[in-house]
Amino acid sequence: MTLHIDIPEETFVGILAKAFRNTAFVTGFVITVLILAMAVISYAWTPYDVTKLVIADKTQGPSLAHWFGTDHFGRDILSMVMVGARNSIAVALVAVGIGMGVGVPLGAFAAARGGLVDEALMRVNDLVFAFPALLSAIMITAIFGPGAVNAIIAIGIFNIPVFARVARAGALAVWPREFILAARAAGKSSAQISIEHVLPNIATLLVVQGTIQFALGILAEAGLSYLGLGAQPPMPSWGRMLFDAQTRMVVAPWMAIFPGMAIVVTVLGLNLLGDGIADILDPKSRRQR
Amino acid sequence: MVRADPSPPMTAYLLKRLAIAFATLVLASMVVFAVLEILPGDPARLMLGMNASADQVELLRNQMGLNAPLAWRYLHWAGGLFSLDFGRSYTYSVPVIDLVRERLAVSLPLALVALALSTIIAIPVGLYSASRRGRAGDTVAMGAAQLGVAVPNFWFALMLIYVFAVWLRLVPAGGFPGWGAGAWPALKSLLLPAVALALPQAAILARVTRSALIEVLNEDYIRTARAKGLPYRAVLWRHALRNAMIPVLTILGLQFAFLLAGTIIIENVFYLPGLGRLVFQAITQRDLIVVESVVMLLVAAVIAVNLAVDLSYAVVDPRLRTRQ
Amino acid sequence: MNLLEVDTLSLTIGGTQILKNMELSVAPGEVMGLVGESGSGKSMTALAVMQLLPHAARATGRITFNGVDILAATEDQMCALRGDDIGMVFQEPMTALNPVKTIGEQVAEGIRWHTRASRADAEERARKMLDRVGLPSAKFPLSRYPHQLSGGQRQRVVIAIACALKPKLLIADEPTTALDVVLQAQILDLLRDLVAENRMGLLLISHDLAVVTEMADRITILRRGEVMEAGDTARTLSEQLHPYTRQLAQASMHVPARARPHGAGSSLPLLDVEGVSRNYPGRRISLFRRAPDVRAVDDVSLSMAPGQSVALVGRSGCGKSTLARMILALDRPNAGAIRFRGEAIVGKREAALKPARRDMQVVFQDPYGSFDPRQKVERLVAEPLHLLERRPTRAERREMVAHALHEVGLDQRDMDKYPHEFSGGQRQRLSIARAIITRPKLVVADEPVSALDVSIRAQILDLFAGLNQKLGIAYLFITHDLTVARAITDEVLIMHEGRIVERGKTSEVLDHPRSEAAQALVSAAPDLHRAIARRMQEQG
Repeated sequence: MTLHIDIPEETFVGILAKAFRNTAFVTGFVITVLILAMAVISYAWTPYDVTKLVIADKTQGPSLAHWFGTDHFGRDILSMVMVGARNSIAVALVAVGIGMGVGVPLGAFAAARGGLVDEALMRVNDLVFAFPALLSAIMITAIFGPGAVNAIIAIGIFNIPVFARVARAGALAVWPREFILAARAAGKSSAQISIEHVLPNIATLLVVQGTIQFALGILAEAGLSYLGLGAQPPMPSWGRMLFDAQTRMVVAPWMAIFPGMAIVVTVLGLNLLGDGIADILDPKSRRQR
Repeated sequence: MVRADPSPPMTAYLLKRLAIAFATLVLASMVVFAVLEILPGDPARLMLGMNASADQVELLRNQMGLNAPLAWRYLHWAGGLFSLDFGRSYTYSVPVIDLVRERLAVSLPLALVALALSTIIAIPVGLYSASRRGRAGDTVAMGAAQLGVAVPNFWFALMLIYVFAVWLRLVPAGGFPGWGAGAWPALKSLLLPAVALALPQAAILARVTRSALIEVLNEDYIRTARAKGLPYRAVLWRHALRNAMIPVLTILGLQFAFLLAGTIIIENVFYLPGLGRLVFQAITQRDLIVVESVVMLLVAAVIAVNLAVDLSYAVVDPRLRTRQ
Repeated sequence: MNLLEVDTLSLTIGGTQILKNMELSVAPGEVMGLVGESGSGKSMTALAVMQLLPHAARATGRITFNGVDILAATEDQMCALRGDDIGMVFQEPMTALNPVKTIGEQVAEGIRWHTRASRADAEERARKMLDRVGLPSAKFPLSRYPHQLSGGQRQRVVIAIACALKPKLLIADEPTTALDVVLQAQILDLLRDLVAENRMGLLLISHDLAVVTEMADRITILRRGEVMEAGDTARTLSEQLHPYTRQLAQASMHVPARARPHGAGSSLPLLDVEGVSRNYPGRRISLFRRAPDVRAVDDVSLSMAPGQSVALVGRSGCGKSTLARMILALDRPNAGAIRFRGEAIVGKREAALKPARRDMQVVFQDPYGSFDPRQKVERLVAEPLHLLERRPTRAERREMVAHALHEVGLDQRDMDKYPHEFSGGQRQRLSIARAIITRPKLVVADEPVSALDVSIRAQILDLFAGLNQKLGIAYLFITHDLTVARAITDEVLIMHEGRIVERGKTSEVLDHPRSEAAQALVSAAPDLHRAIARRMQEQG
């Protein structure tokens, strides 16, 4: 499939001005910053200590003392949601880092070399794509046992072909442009061209894909830790909290509602942010019919 | 109307895709086999337990062919896969194929119902949104889709259980009566899981459908069609939809992989005796032959679906099947 | 009564004024030429008549077609008019057809829609129409898909769609701009015949004064959304009363002042191409078979002296750009030798090519595509400096960029801007600045002015001529446009299907072409002088 890239021709200030008129971007940006802030603050302060079990306070509904209620061990759910954000964000962010760090150079290289190298790299891509993240996680867990690190590796591996594909498709759209020919006529090597001309021009695509994969990573991490394949107790994680909530749905629905909302809001924020960036930087999406 | 008969490029394309799918399958089986190999622990020892003597273990190792060269063992294992002989489960002590067959009767209907549900919801919504771009209906539909994309399916499942099973008591909260108890009770217990799986996927698909349509609606040939005097609706149906199908098909193929993975979680939420639950339990019980077999099966399914998507491109896009 | 009457039409899109008190009329059987440079609003006029304007567009005034008030018409009324009474042909044939539908379906669709004819009847009419536009059934069955046709053939299909129901008015928006001159002449002939046969009115929109003069009975000259002058074509262009009309006409015929070529007749050739061929592997037609190789360049030899200006002229797809790339060492020939200043460049490693690259630069056609939009002018223009033996310091680099910008008529402060801050003509100046910054001996220019408006084109040609004089740079101009070749080169090579079929002094070859290919190019090339003369003659 071919990809058309319209390269926006604007200054940084112009883009910034446009960004702050874009509702999706502003909403997404604010949500993302708030969630990040929540995770950072949790290192220094949480309303209650999440490691301390207060059986007397168990399964209390939301109140002024416990905004989100307490769980079956009497732990404050708001505090657990705050600490859980750390885990979710860390896993998803590192997994995106792995995907970008390995996938983008591979994709750019495949596009620059073409021919057999390209074909071989794309076939390897297909291979990795055949293992959905959850399956790889299950295999990895089968070997090394459960844990946050294994969740990162599983999600990260699945991110690699995603970024490789996006980078390759973007680079293939940039390579036939005349300014690349001009650079070649100026004696630049294909590595230099990839770094100086191709990567800056596909950066937008990569940033947008990055936010999407970040959001997907949060969802995948929640799924893994729900199954007990991610972060292990006592470290709170959103997925694990939902698992604990499941059998107590009738007596303590808040145990399921608030961690779930945390996931939804975080993913929503990241997706809005990605949509906003794509919208601002890609003039084509703004074109009238 | 006038159809171009399939010419050589079509067969070349088909054969190439088929060869790629097969090669991917072989490579994937090697990966799975390699994982089996590097696993710590001796399967023979695991089967016999800690009390068995070294001689007994060695005997079983020979019986199981574990002392043969690596390449031979791989070929033996892979050959077994082709003849549907996956080996015996350590914990259930039955052939894995019997387990798989039994569990597939739950997972396959679940995935198919979910896929159908997602497609039936998403394509009309995408069409509607694209045709009323920027108006209230579009904004509401896409707002809902944006939310749908952000909802983890297992949490959505919990909320559905709370509302429909706990609160309204319309459907069972979980479990599966088996197909023997009649089709309706079985389908009823698959209803909530299918909805939980389908809605988040439908949200993604609706967004993709909409943006693919909008992209196509900006093409020059849409203007040509309008200049012929076709009304906007006719242009949308006759010209835009088919061109927009290519990205939609791509996403459908990817979604199948996600749905398969999704069943693992959803089956655990609803206590459904499907493949996902089987593989999950096998992990906790370290019944590796089952894990391996189910993973291989799911991987093969993903590859097969991707092949089907590749082939459907050729149906949609004449550029892949006709001479230049 | 006029068929189409546009009266005090004003159009704004998102607050920008596109058209202002636009006036235009087309009588039945009349050809009206609408001429203007890019951004003058000529395409928007066409879309306003069709009511296919972008959503944000707001139109006021009056458009009357055959007694119908277009601006007040409902969408249903417009659908009944479009394709039936008004047909439209667009500029870009490569994208104007739906890639997943056969040409038969696409031509028959409008017929079925408007006449409620049966599928078989509609297909029969579509067949006749395709025969009429020059796509006979033996070679072009209805089951062909657009990607199986060339650009010229696709434009014929678009014309068949537009004319299938014999509309009263045909609107053709730059119908030949994307085609080479020979195809252009064929398509214009076809349009002329169709209009005469069916007594259609034709609104022909073009930036090319010569094309419009050859075709149009009357002419309307548009500038920045306002009508400058309108009237009988021959009179308007021969009298050139309005200053803008005069400016356009003069720019169309502009020939830069040039003294005798530099260093011509010098002994050692600058560039020597000997027996060069380039094959591309044929398309794979089955798993084990490929179509025979396509020979893009076939045994070409040529030689250029220092300071000489040579044109390489040919139709699109004749292999001229492939040849240029091989000369620039961006592509490798399958056979033959290329020597630059006596040194072979074929098969050399990139590092060994540095000295040659330094003395050989390139200017591309598209002033928009030839700059990386993410870099500032300073870096872009300085890119070839990377070829120098010694890397210049930052200050030296800025100095050199400033000097190059000055030489092409730009301000040295421009170096801190991004390319999008420049107009098309200015960008082409930037492109030239980049090409001359290493003081090359040869500049290969691939259609350097064909994307520019006529007035800008004249300025850029002057710049090329001036630099040739001042710096003694030799040019290899690749073009399909004979006026460019005539304006700026001493020698011309005519290329056809990968071979050089004719060569000689530019004026001689263009005035007395001997080969069939050259004759076709010369007779098809629109020429304003000739067109005006012919018009005057016809009208006595």
